[in-house]
Amino acid sequence: MEEIKNSLDTKELVLSMGPQHPSTHGVLRLVLELDGETIKKCTPYVGYLHRGIEKLSETMTYHSTIPLTDRMDYISSMSNNVGYCVAVEKLFGIEAPERAKYIRTIVSEMTRISSHIIWVATHALDIGAMTVFLYSFREREWLLDLFEELCGARLTVSYPRIGGVRNDVSQHFLDSLYKFTEEFDSRMDEYETLIDKNRIWLKRTKGIGVISAEEAINWGLSGATLRGSGVDYDIRKRFPYDAYDKVDFIVPLGEKGDVYDRYRCRMIELRQANRIIKQCIEQMPKGPIMAPDAPKFTLPAKDRVLSDMESLIHHFVLITKGQMAAPEGEIYVATEVPKGELGFYIVSDGSGRPYRMRVRAPSFVHASVLPRLSVGHMLADVIANIGTIDIVLGECDR
Amino acid sequence: MKIFEFIMSEGFFDMFLDIVIIIIKIAVVVGVAMLHVMYATWAERKSIGRMQVRMGPMEVGFHGLLQPIADGVKLFFKEDIIPANADKPVFYVSPVIIMMSTLVSLSVIPFFDGFVVANINIGLLFILAMSSIGAYGIVLAGWSSNSKYPFLGGLRASAQVISYEVAMGLSLVGVMIMAGSLNLQDIVKAQAAYPTGMYVVPQIIAFFVFVVSALAETNRTPFDMPEAENELVAGYFTEYSGIRFALFFLGEYVGMIVMACMAVVCFLGGWTLPPFIVKIVPFVESVPFIGLFIFLAKLYVCIFFYYWIRATVPRYRYDQVMALGWKLLIPLALLNILITGVIKILA
Repeated sequence: MEEIKNSLDTKELVLSMGPQHPSTHGVLRLVLELDGETIKKCTPYVGYLHRGIEKLSETMTYHSTIPLTDRMDYISSMSNNVGYCVAVEKLFGIEAPERAKYIRTIVSEMTRISSHIIWVATHALDIGAMTVFLYSFREREWLLDLFEELCGARLTVSYPRIGGVRNDVSQHFLDSLYKFTEEFDSRMDEYETLIDKNRIWLKRTKGIGVISAEEAINWGLSGATLRGSGVDYDIRKRFPYDAYDKVDFIVPLGEKGDVYDRYRCRMIELRQANRIIKQCIEQMPKGPIMAPDAPKFTLPAKDRVLSDMESLIHHFVLITKGQMAAPEGEIYVATEVPKGELGFYIVSDGSGRPYRMRVRAPSFVHASVLPRLSVGHMLADVIANIGTIDIVLGECDR
Repeated sequence: MKIFEFIMSEGFFDMFLDIVIIIIKIAVVVGVAMLHVMYATWAERKSIGRMQVRMGPMEVGFHGLLQPIADGVKLFFKEDIIPANADKPVFYVSPVIIMMSTLVSLSVIPFFDGFVVANINIGLLFILAMSSIGAYGIVLAGWSSNSKYPFLGGLRASAQVISYEVAMGLSLVGVMIMAGSLNLQDIVKAQAAYPTGMYVVPQIIAFFVFVVSALAETNRTPFDMPEAENELVAGYFTEYSGIRFALFFLGEYVGMIVMACMAVVCFLGGWTLPPFIVKIVPFVESVPFIGLFIFLAKLYVCIFFYYWIRATVPRYRYDQVMALGWKLLIPLALLNILITGVIKILA
């Protein structure tokens, strides 16, 4: 056999997929070696969207890094903000007040919904079901309008602050959000009617990109990509932050670890996120939205800056020099963002700026598993696999 | 002298008149078909838009009615880019092959009683042959672009079109057995004589096979493998631009209309209404050009079905398409031939 193969002098077709390609979700580049349509080798290349966010943050105060985190995973920017603020608060040893925690939980879950429906939209579009794509954008539009009402921005929100949130939520916002949560389940039914039991969808997703629980852990997968393989690990349950220990939700798990299981996991997560928002609105406590007892770390309210001497001084120092009272040390805090485990590792030398900040981006880790999922499958399955690991290249390259 | 006599003779005049009439018929058919193609794109965007909770084209003209014209003008004035390493003569000719093969198929389709450009005895075979030639256009376009995505698209298309041609041909055998003819006009007339007025009732299996293979033949969702934009960017016409791209696009839509016409002629009774409807409303027979309107109504239903499918289902994978064709459709078509043949012999 070997001799015949050599005498024919066949070689694999090398196909460079991306960085400009309709379904590599941004600027991912895959170099594929194809035998017919079967993938023999797959090498992902990342870095086309590198902006040096980690290095930039070393030159900025803790507060001014918040807008940078928006630009990482730009379709779930609120979760990044919350993750960063939770990490910095832990470093400073301060805690946000109850109401702020609830608000953050709400906005995190709103982001989870808007991120996951983008995911189901693009994933379905990649597999060819284009109607789901447009249905999902209807709901995303609704959520973005709510974000706009909350903080004035739709995409790069920069809403949470170290020690709380920027401004309080209005009753009107909570009412409209509650209306959304009541409507959303029926919208979910619409997506599921289109693809959940569709024979073609099942054929394209079942048994594709299978990864066992053990392997998934070894590859460092997280989020729904990990839970699709049946590993019960959700940071919101294991290491609760914000108000996640006060709400009731289930963590969906897959069995086989294929594209379909991960799809089901995310679909159930969508409904659960909706439930969490609903509970948070119902339980929403009254009170301050900024940690009141940490003037050296949290920005004072704007109206007090202009009337109160002490607040003016704190405000001036915090804006120009940063949190000078920051304790020395290092900390790693991970939060459950829509893509997976987003970790911030911050080293502080006691100045107002982080000495080093390292971001553990789930997209980066997930992009590395693509060859493992794709080799041996066909070209069309690569597209399904890119969709199923749910990556955003802004976060991957940072 | 003899030539002069021949020119003046009765026979020559008749021939000349025949040619003029055929040219007029061709002009009418091509004109009407191109108008339908233009507005098929508009109708597709509108109806799929409605299915996807959006408006579709709205800007150019009332409800975007002039959009197809704007698109045509835009494509016509775009730069015609030819890749440096392309096989130029083949690259030039392949969109023409596609356009030509689909347009020629229209010539044998009877739009209403007595109106057909070329009334030939092998109309059905002619259409099948032309759709095979269309596959050359796709394969050559993919090959001559000298680029990897079009190449893969061309390979997929050749495999797919060849496989589904078999299924489609076999599905039409049942119709041929029942009508006893390959002439499309005779097939329609045979259907009109049949109690249900349509072959879709006795040939339901064949109709199913035909519809699925027609979707595959015209590269429509869920079988749009050769041009799967999420995998192969734009498939075999990735490197084409401007008016050459438009030719592919038009060819594809004409192909879609041809396949819908085939479905109407072979399974849905062509320009005739089923006898029981005629019995209820006998005056329809006397309306002028009623045949054409009935034909068009049936055609629009078929084309709408294409749009509906496109908005609903995801895309098959390449090997799954092959498996469906060879393992399901062809055995079904063969079974249908067997059943039809046995009934024909017994009856």
